[in-house]
Amino acid sequence: MITILDYGAGNLSSVKNALDYLGMDNSTTDNPKKILSAERIILPGVGSFGFLMDQLRKKNLEKPLKKAIEKGTPFFGICLGLQALFEESEESPGVPGLSIFKGNVQQFRKGKVPQIGWNKIIPEKEGIIQEGFAYFVNSFVAVPKDPTIIAATSDYYGRYVCAVQWKNITATQFHPEKSGDYGLCTLKRWLQ
Amino acid sequence: MITKRIIPCLDVKEGRVVKGTGFINLKDAGDPVLLAKMYNDQGADELVFLDITASAEKRKTMVGVVRAVAKEVFIPLTVGGGVETVDDIRVLLQAGADKVSLNTAAVLNPDIISKAAEQFGRQCVVVAIDAKRKGSLWEVIVRGGRERTGKDAIAWAKEAASLGAGELLVTSMDQDGTKAGYDLELTKTIAASVNIPIIASGGAGTLVSIKDVFLEGNADAALIASLLHYGTFTTNDVKTYLKKERISVRL
Repeated sequence: MITILDYGAGNLSSVKNALDYLGMDNSTTDNPKKILSAERIILPGVGSFGFLMDQLRKKNLEKPLKKAIEKGTPFFGICLGLQALFEESEESPGVPGLSIFKGNVQQFRKGKVPQIGWNKIIPEKEGIIQEGFAYFVNSFVAVPKDPTIIAATSDYYGRYVCAVQWKNITATQFHPEKSGDYGLCTLKRWLQ
Repeated sequence: MITKRIIPCLDVKEGRVVKGTGFINLKDAGDPVLLAKMYNDQGADELVFLDITASAEKRKTMVGVVRAVAKEVFIPLTVGGGVETVDDIRVLLQAGADKVSLNTAAVLNPDIISKAAEQFGRQCVVVAIDAKRKGSLWEVIVRGGRERTGKDAIAWAKEAASLGAGELLVTSMDQDGTKAGYDLELTKTIAASVNIPIIASGGAGTLVSIKDVFLEGNADAALIASLLHYGTFTTNDVKTYLKKERISVRL
């Protein structure tokens, strides 16, 4: 059973639709207890960094989420769900992130913002994230201090980190639920 | 590098896709789910559904269409046509649309752009601009090409972007349906005026015209309708050609 964390940003249907299509049991919750006992957790990302962190705190989800991740529950963060793993973001100065990884989140310095469209995924290590094209909608990217967590990079007027993987944590800047077959296969690999 | 996008546009009337009847090998060429799947399999980067249903009452069927497509096709879906309020947008997003395009409603009430961007994020908000040449400028036309506004299209593009549009869908009313190529000057001028992606529309006729809109028009995406619907080319044909012409595409 996969638990989709609903922090109140609204539309979670595309993640749910993708899991349903793949035949993966899933449920959506904002109940802290269910997060703590979840078998697998997906944190989808819609909204702003500040909004996400505020909601996690208001709904008492931050601590159970961190605890679940620390005890080894397989975790998949999507877009903002990746960014939230870091310490802070230029999008919402002064709002602390989950701080599971060291580093911050920065706005693209060049090109049109947001980046919208399909970009090439260049794997930086063996694992769930493989070569292909994935769909991105983002103005901000994570800049990890520890390069060993980087699972894949992509290029938008310069290389940036588009996926991280470390122990039980997988997170992508792209949207696997909107990346056609590539995205569905990525989710499948995470489950296996 | 980010790739250039090819986006098939499907006209939907009362829940059925109209046009696109060129697919004789499809059992039901009017079924939005079947067509969406077919375009997905051909490598379409996104899909746009344009609701051309006349009455607001029947327009509700579009929500069902979006819901059904979103359950089986996992590429971004944009819905436009007759979207008038923030509530309309919410309902479509909840049904599974990733973006909603605003046209007449945004011109009449530009506030809706900022309200929608604030509530759902600017990436959900596509502002569609129908532009018609008027001397050396372009005028914004609304109500499906029927009503002139006196508004300058370039100025409106800038305003829409500053209000929170995430992308602009720019249609040349002069070129639309002619297959004589996109209005490159229009696309290029708008692309130079804003810092958000531009989807060019109206006039795709040959593979060269699609190459031109990227290389000369500086578009980020090309919307294609009849060329794909009547089977002249598949999405895959278009992308294979563009790749040969050294344009970065997902293939």
